[in-house]
Amino acid sequence: MIGARALRIEDPVLLRGAGRFAADVIRPGELHMRVVRSPIAHGRIRSVDVTPALLLDGVVAAWTHADIAELPAIGFRLTPLADLLPYRQPVLARRIVRYVGEPVAVVFATSAYLAEDGAELVRLDLDPLPAHLDADAEPTAWLDAEQATWAAGLDVELPAQDSQATAFTVEYGDVDAAFAAPGPGWRVIETDARIGRHTGVPMECRGLAAVYDEAEQQLIVDGAAKVPFWNREAVAAMCGLPPRQVQVRETHVGGGFGPRGELYPEDVLVTLAAVRLRRPIKWIEDRQEHLVATNHSRGQHHRLRALVRPDGEIEALDAAFVLDQGAYVRTHGATVASLTASMLPGPYRIPHFRARAQVRLTHKTPAGTYRSPGRYEGTFARERLVDRIAGELGLDPVEVRERNFIPAGAMPYERPIQAMGTHLVHDSGDYALLRAKVWEKFDLDGVRRSVAERRAAGELAGFGFAFFVEKSGIGPYEGARVSVDSSGAVTVTCGASSVGQGVDTVLAQVAAEVLGIAHDTIRVVRGRTDQFEYGRGAFATRLAVMAGSAVANAARALAGKARRVAAHTLGVPVEDLGLADGRVLVTGDPARALTLAEIARLLDPSGAAELGESPGLTAEGWFHSDHMTYPYGLHAAVVRIDPGTGRPHVERFIVGYDVGRALNPTLVEGQIAGGVAQGLGGALYEEFRYAEDGTPLCTTFMDYLIPTALEIPPIETLITEDAPSPINPLGVKGAGEGGTTAVAAAVAAAVDDALGRPNAITSVPIHPAQVRRLLG
Amino acid sequence: MKPSPFEYVRPRTLTEALAAIAEDPDESKILAGGQSLIPMMNFRLARPARLVDVNRVPGLAGLASDGDRVRVGTLTRHHAMEHNPLPGPLGGLLRRAAAHVGHLPIRTRGTFGGSLAHCDAASEWCLVARLLDAEMTVRSQARGTRVIPAADFFQAVFTTAMAPDEILTSIALPALDEHYRTGIAEFARRAGDFAIVAATAAVRVEEGLVTEARICLGGVAEVPLRSAAAERVLLGERWSPELVTAAAEAAAADCDPPGDAHGDPAYRRDLVRALVPRALGLDARR
Ligand SMILES: Cc1cc2nc3c(=O)[nH]c(=O)nc-3n(C[C@H](O)[C@H](O)[C@H](O)COP(=O)(O)OP(=O)(O)OC[C@H]3O[C@@H](n4cnc5c(N)ncnc54)[C@H](O)[C@@H]3O)c2cc1C
Repeated sequence: MIGARALRIEDPVLLRGAGRFAADVIRPGELHMRVVRSPIAHGRIRSVDVTPALLLDGVVAAWTHADIAELPAIGFRLTPLADLLPYRQPVLARRIVRYVGEPVAVVFATSAYLAEDGAELVRLDLDPLPAHLDADAEPTAWLDAEQATWAAGLDVELPAQDSQATAFTVEYGDVDAAFAAPGPGWRVIETDARIGRHTGVPMECRGLAAVYDEAEQQLIVDGAAKVPFWNREAVAAMCGLPPRQVQVRETHVGGGFGPRGELYPEDVLVTLAAVRLRRPIKWIEDRQEHLVATNHSRGQHHRLRALVRPDGEIEALDAAFVLDQGAYVRTHGATVASLTASMLPGPYRIPHFRARAQVRLTHKTPAGTYRSPGRYEGTFARERLVDRIAGELGLDPVEVRERNFIPAGAMPYERPIQAMGTHLVHDSGDYALLRAKVWEKFDLDGVRRSVAERRAAGELAGFGFAFFVEKSGIGPYEGARVSVDSSGAVTVTCGASSVGQGVDTVLAQVAAEVLGIAHDTIRVVRGRTDQFEYGRGAFATRLAVMAGSAVANAARALAGKARRVAAHTLGVPVEDLGLADGRVLVTGDPARALTLAEIARLLDPSGAAELGESPGLTAEGWFHSDHMTYPYGLHAAVVRIDPGTGRPHVERFIVGYDVGRALNPTLVEGQIAGGVAQGLGGALYEEFRYAEDGTPLCTTFMDYLIPTALEIPPIETLITEDAPSPINPLGVKGAGEGGTTAVAAAVAAAVDDALGRPNAITSVPIHPAQVRRLLG
Repeated sequence: MKPSPFEYVRPRTLTEALAAIAEDPDESKILAGGQSLIPMMNFRLARPARLVDVNRVPGLAGLASDGDRVRVGTLTRHHAMEHNPLPGPLGGLLRRAAAHVGHLPIRTRGTFGGSLAHCDAASEWCLVARLLDAEMTVRSQARGTRVIPAADFFQAVFTTAMAPDEILTSIALPALDEHYRTGIAEFARRAGDFAIVAATAAVRVEEGLVTEARICLGGVAEVPLRSAAAERVLLGERWSPELVTAAAEAAAADCDPPGDAHGDPAYRRDLVRALVPRALGLDARR
């Protein structure tokens, strides 16, 4: 069952159109919320007048910051550096607007149409100020003392703050000493790398529907995703309710990718309105809002400098990068910068390493995490550098990589730095083996030859590849309860969340394996704070590892209980009992057996008391971890350039990925395919551009170019299980992000190759116009 | 992205439609396929007080050959154009052009006349109409029928020569004899997007000599641009790939394209140079 290409148990409901997405939650008497957003990138708020909106028939309420002044700024869920506190976002703009799209006021009306009509009537009197858009420019004044003190919320007077929210260094070894005393023939090789501002754009925009249920005295919030348990605590605090009076429930989700599910201003407004107005409140984001309101991501500029021995070995790496954070620091705190720095060395040893991160504010939509945060950016920068090293030393890029790989014999390999608050220990891996396997399976030597021949014949064809290390399975814990009812039906209840990745199926497979039953008979309940007490969320590719291991532990505990009861009832020792086909049976005499249903019935409270067991055939299991797992992979691309238009056309895209153990290879392939598509978006199409005054230029899908099925080549994958993780019972590593990580790096290398110009591409997305210019 | 309030009327005849729009021409809009108008209304960029839906008006859709011309009803869907049965170089051009318009769901609703009335400089139908010097028949309640040649019809971005109370009813295209070579080539970042630059061509070659040359470019000016320079290079000369290259060069040199986020002027000229030969079936490398 584990490792089977099992069908998704989520799909029958979705394929029949029976799913429930946020907009499908419809309650009688509901009010629709419409957010009034700043039309300018930077300005002083002189006044916001909602009276004209309130005069419109159907508008029930309208608020400005003054109406919610008691709410603090939105807090951090991850990497909560103290430096960052003054940069937190108020729920509605306070004194200053800082990006186009910032919520300034909010209108509640009896229909979405009227809410939008009402929002248009709100009078904004804003005094425009110059927009600061270039994160590379020297930091500028950003917050005055009053604003900084208010946003930090520490009851301590803070001084004014500039636009550099934080800067920190991650390092080991002695980089300065290494560069100061190079050996004979060692070279310093540098590169510059830019990753454009883009983000995960789910097909379903965000949405939330909340109601205060007077009968139950419960605030019920539907439409949550990703981190419902954290959001319950945050919402409860904001609304002044104890968490037990708040139920946050996941609906079906049309794509997560990182941005969706975080606590945004809109989430606070919807829930607070449900409490205050005592009416069901609904907010469904539209696409134009989405592209200015939901977290952007990436937007980094790297400068890398390596000290390299003549044979290509990297002795020291000195990196500095600037992250364009946008106008506020949201729930992720410094997560992206921190991960970028820690994961920059990737698969290579690099004895001396230093990465200096600068997180800077600009008058743009705030940025957060997006699939493979920090690794997409860092992998692009590092792998471009490695290609440059190969080029400058006249070495094969494969050779340079292999010379620097952490050898399999050195695993587990501790890098003396931290990632997401955990020690960075590559738990297992054989990088050279994966490289060799991918080469052989896809005949990449043959591919390189054929590309060279096409080039000799005048075609602009190229091949490129890149290697990367991902991370997954962040702790600290996840739990699950497995229960069998009186009919024998099995339910897994847990704190996991689903953003559509197939987690229900995988958890069912794990339980099915332990209990010897069919996975599609299992019901998985998750993402509901009223059904389970704790859950850390669906992010950082953590659930197969964390929730998978918790379910395995719970199922094993349940199997133990079932065998104890069966041993007692059948009068045989526990050791003589096995589980198969939903029955506990005597090994050697399988006719003597009890079904799980029979055992469950024996465990009704009276029976259980007689047996000295707790009532019910049910058991909990937990899994704790203070280290992450480190899957790794290789991306390769074949590209053809249209000489007339400069358009790079990706003909083939190949991914080799070692996930330790593939719980369901089909789902792993699906994750990789989707990840590659998003990676190609960032490499060739997607970018949030801004006019000089800070007006966003990409607020529709005509200008924000998500690749479609017509732009994505067939994706060829090799999933390997050569390096199971030693730190969890399943040996599994996460599969959610490795499709994305090295796409930009591989495509850039292939475009260089097609152009016959090493190091031509140092920024993504690659614009056809730029390629055309390079062609002369 | 919800439209502001509007009134909706659905006339059953052209006379009723003309009357409905005549009541308040400046505040009314014709609704054809809705594939441009409805998004604009949802963005609140268009706020008509009244929508006059002509989709139930009989006789406004379909293609009919009429001697040396082909008459296209304004409501003919892009999808019908894509699958039109017309023989010869005109039918081929219309089929190929239609295939470039958006995606299938858009083509099943969007209309030929709606595209022309909308007047986007990169629209395939605007290009084809200007290329072939189409004649637009328009009607109003007050002034009856008049015919506007393509050269006058497209005036500026989203602006045609039609008065607000006029309805476009049909478009006449010349039937092209078998000596014409026609084609369209365009460049967009993604399949189905509006072209950044598009080139269409209809060149008549008889006994190796170019006897008529029409080249029309999109994305290089406010309205579809007939490249007089390229046409001059071709006319009267012996047909050859080199001649086409020279015409492409002339077209690129002669135009003065705008620059925007999708491409600066120099890049747009590069695209003209690349696309004109492709529109004529040469240089298929891409
Ligand atoms: C995602 C997407 C991609 C697209 N890609 C392309 C593309 O690549 N190329 C392209 O050319 N188009 C593209 N379009 C636009 C599409 O072709 C529209 O169908 C077309 O522009 C308008 O035709 P319509 O029938 O939909 O007109 P409508 O949207 O109904 O109307 C458009 C305008 O024309 C007016 N109008 C319509 N009919 C008449 C009439 N008979 N008399 C007077 N006025 C009239 C309307 O009042 C309105 O102002 C795309 C649209 C979408 C949504």
